Amino acid sequence: MGKHLVLRLVAKIFIPLILLFALYVQFHGDYGPGGGFQAGVIFAAAFILYALLFGLDHARTVMPPALLQTVAALGVLLYGGVGVASMLLGGNYLDYSVLAEDPVHGQHLGILLIELGVGLTVASVMMVIFFTFTGRRG
Amino acid sequence: MIRQHLPALQVILPLLAAPTCLLLRRAGLAWLFATVVGFATFAIAILLLRQVLSQGDIAYAMGGWSAPWGIQYYVDPVSALVLLIVSGISAVVLPYAARSVAQEIPSERRCVFYTLFLLCLAGMLGIAITGDAFNLFVFLEISSLSSYALISMGQDRRALTSSYQYLIMGTIGATFILIGVGLLYVMTGTLNMQDLAQRLPAVATTRTIHTAFAFLVVGLSLKLALFPLHLWLPNAYTFAPSVVTTFLAATATKVALYALLRFVFTIFGAEYAFNTMPLGPTLLLLALLGLFVASAVAIFQENIKRILAYSSVAQIGYMILGISFATVTGVSAGILHLFNHALMKGALFMAVGAIFLRTGSMQLQHLAGIGRRMPWTMAAVVIGGLSLIGVPLTVGFISKWYLIQAALERGWWPVAVLVLIGSLLALVYVWRILEAAYFDAPAKPDAHIKEAPLSLLIPTWALVLANIYFGIDTSLTVGVARQAAGLLLGVQP
Amino acid sequence: MGILGHYNYWIVIFLMMVGFYIVISHGNLVKKIVGLNIFQASVFILYISMGKIHGGTAPIVAEGVSRYSNPLPHVLILTAIVVGVATTALGLALVVRINEAYGTVEEDEIHAKDSSL
Repeated sequence: MGKHLVLRLVAKIFIPLILLFALYVQFHGDYGPGGGFQAGVIFAAAFILYALLFGLDHARTVMPPALLQTVAALGVLLYGGVGVASMLLGGNYLDYSVLAEDPVHGQHLGILLIELGVGLTVASVMMVIFFTFTGRRG
Repeated sequence: MIRQHLPALQVILPLLAAPTCLLLRRAGLAWLFATVVGFATFAIAILLLRQVLSQGDIAYAMGGWSAPWGIQYYVDPVSALVLLIVSGISAVVLPYAARSVAQEIPSERRCVFYTLFLLCLAGMLGIAITGDAFNLFVFLEISSLSSYALISMGQDRRALTSSYQYLIMGTIGATFILIGVGLLYVMTGTLNMQDLAQRLPAVATTRTIHTAFAFLVVGLSLKLALFPLHLWLPNAYTFAPSVVTTFLAATATKVALYALLRFVFTIFGAEYAFNTMPLGPTLLLLALLGLFVASAVAIFQENIKRILAYSSVAQIGYMILGISFATVTGVSAGILHLFNHALMKGALFMAVGAIFLRTGSMQLQHLAGIGRRMPWTMAAVVIGGLSLIGVPLTVGFISKWYLIQAALERGWWPVAVLVLIGSLLALVYVWRILEAAYFDAPAKPDAHIKEAPLSLLIPTWALVLANIYFGIDTSLTVGVARQAAGLLLGVQP
Repeated sequence: MGILGHYNYWIVIFLMMVGFYIVISHGNLVKKIVGLNIFQASVFILYISMGKIHGGTAPIVAEGVSRYSNPLPHVLILTAIVVGVATTALGLALVVRINEAYGTVEEDEIHAKDSSL
């Protein structure tokens, strides 16, 4: 624990803030600048920072690669699922207006779910890429 | 209700099936699922083609946003034919994949393999169906990125370097396309293909549009491996797993060719491309050069997959040749060969994959006497080879027939003669394969090489029979190709 | 409009040529990927700079503002950046595996090892 004490301490303070900021960018995306892509990358950056300072093994216990792969696939399926749902409700593919009672609510709900799917996939794919590269040579 | 959503389902089915494959975690299940999806997309493509032929073009507004603002999927005879061949090849290749993949790819990567395969399929179908220029770039990159990864799964370490080479050249090509689309957007403020076609004439004389045209043509030529931009192709096809080679050889370059047709004819228009810009002579020259150089190089190869890869470059020359005429007969010959070549190269690479499964080698010298040990597989190679040469009663003959007819129509008889000489070169390299298989004495007579298993033979012969069927009954292919060519050139057939 | 009036295009073309030159001239596979990245980045700048309108603000509806920059190129290029990230990751992954298989990332050494087989 003696090594990089300052860095580790600063990171411990910052990681929750980064995660919080990622969630803000994610869910504020339909009112201001932001969205799934950016939020996913910020979210992944927190874990990458953690892995850099506390070692890959610790990071892998929090985010096992098998889980990340599943989440990445589920994110895409969530995106596609919203499209299929709007198709089943009588609209075109990804037509959010039919998702709720009135079109405005539908658009809100649709974009929220879509961006959630994007965010999940981007975050987990970023972490998978990082873990795969760094884990290559033990 | 389903009927009205067919254009969306065509792409979304494989696109969503891909991550599902990753979740299945068991190779057998992933294969079964992917195969079912492959057949379903094929069925959708057939329905779409029938609908287009009976009721005219289909437009589908993604997300309910109508045409010039939203992304539109647009199905006309050209795209319906490409959708049919791409999904058809996938429906034939996937049943074949089970055995071949089990041998060539380690078990922990098989789920990922099917995921990538479906992504690649979704990307290609997307290119064929989209009516939006930028969306086309995105789908092109989806299919390209997954095909780089698929190629790198080959057993030989050279698969890695050839995949890397393809990645570099493919990305340069894709970025060129991106630049071209960007410049079009600057000048017109739209990305919808039909909207672009309407607004372009007003600004067609500007230097920006000339530049955009050049970037798009060069970028797409890289993707479709037009000579001399074909350098990535022979290595990639030689070292990729057999299934991947079959699938890519039959579809990837065809889809890029379709994108070229779309940009040149639908967006820029034949008048601009062939009269204002010197596209005709350029393509004619490169097509003929490619045809001869690649065929000549193919003759001197020792690896059977590499022979067929170089032959692919030569065959792309035939397609481009047809297009360079810019007449209805010429363009329909190009589209016809696009369809037919997918059938012949699909059958040939599948048969070669079956030989590899049993012998473990691709070198001609190791194939000595294989004709007696694997009679059905080699018979498939014989028919595929005859089709490649252009012997009557095969699809190859039909393509060449219309190509020569188109050349004579323009009064360019030397070109027609050159096409015939090109066929003779094909005869030479096909003969080298057959000579090794049937007339050379096997090096080790006691080697226990059996006929390929049925799971490989049936898909291979399905394509072989398609080669013969579409070589005899040409009403569907020629009819659609003519209609498509008339549509692209803006004349009623 | 002088020759520097469209300075964004000069930057784009400079970066494009630098990137392209690196891809062609370098034998090191990692450097090629770097060159490819610069090449792609130049196109990103091309797109983003063409969305800018003089005096235009961020495209969020607000009172007293009538000129907005065009957001569409930004959205398009976000997609292209993601494609670029994927390409880079895949390219580097291939380089890692090439390094494991050959023990080098220099193009000429790889060719020498293959032809000696």
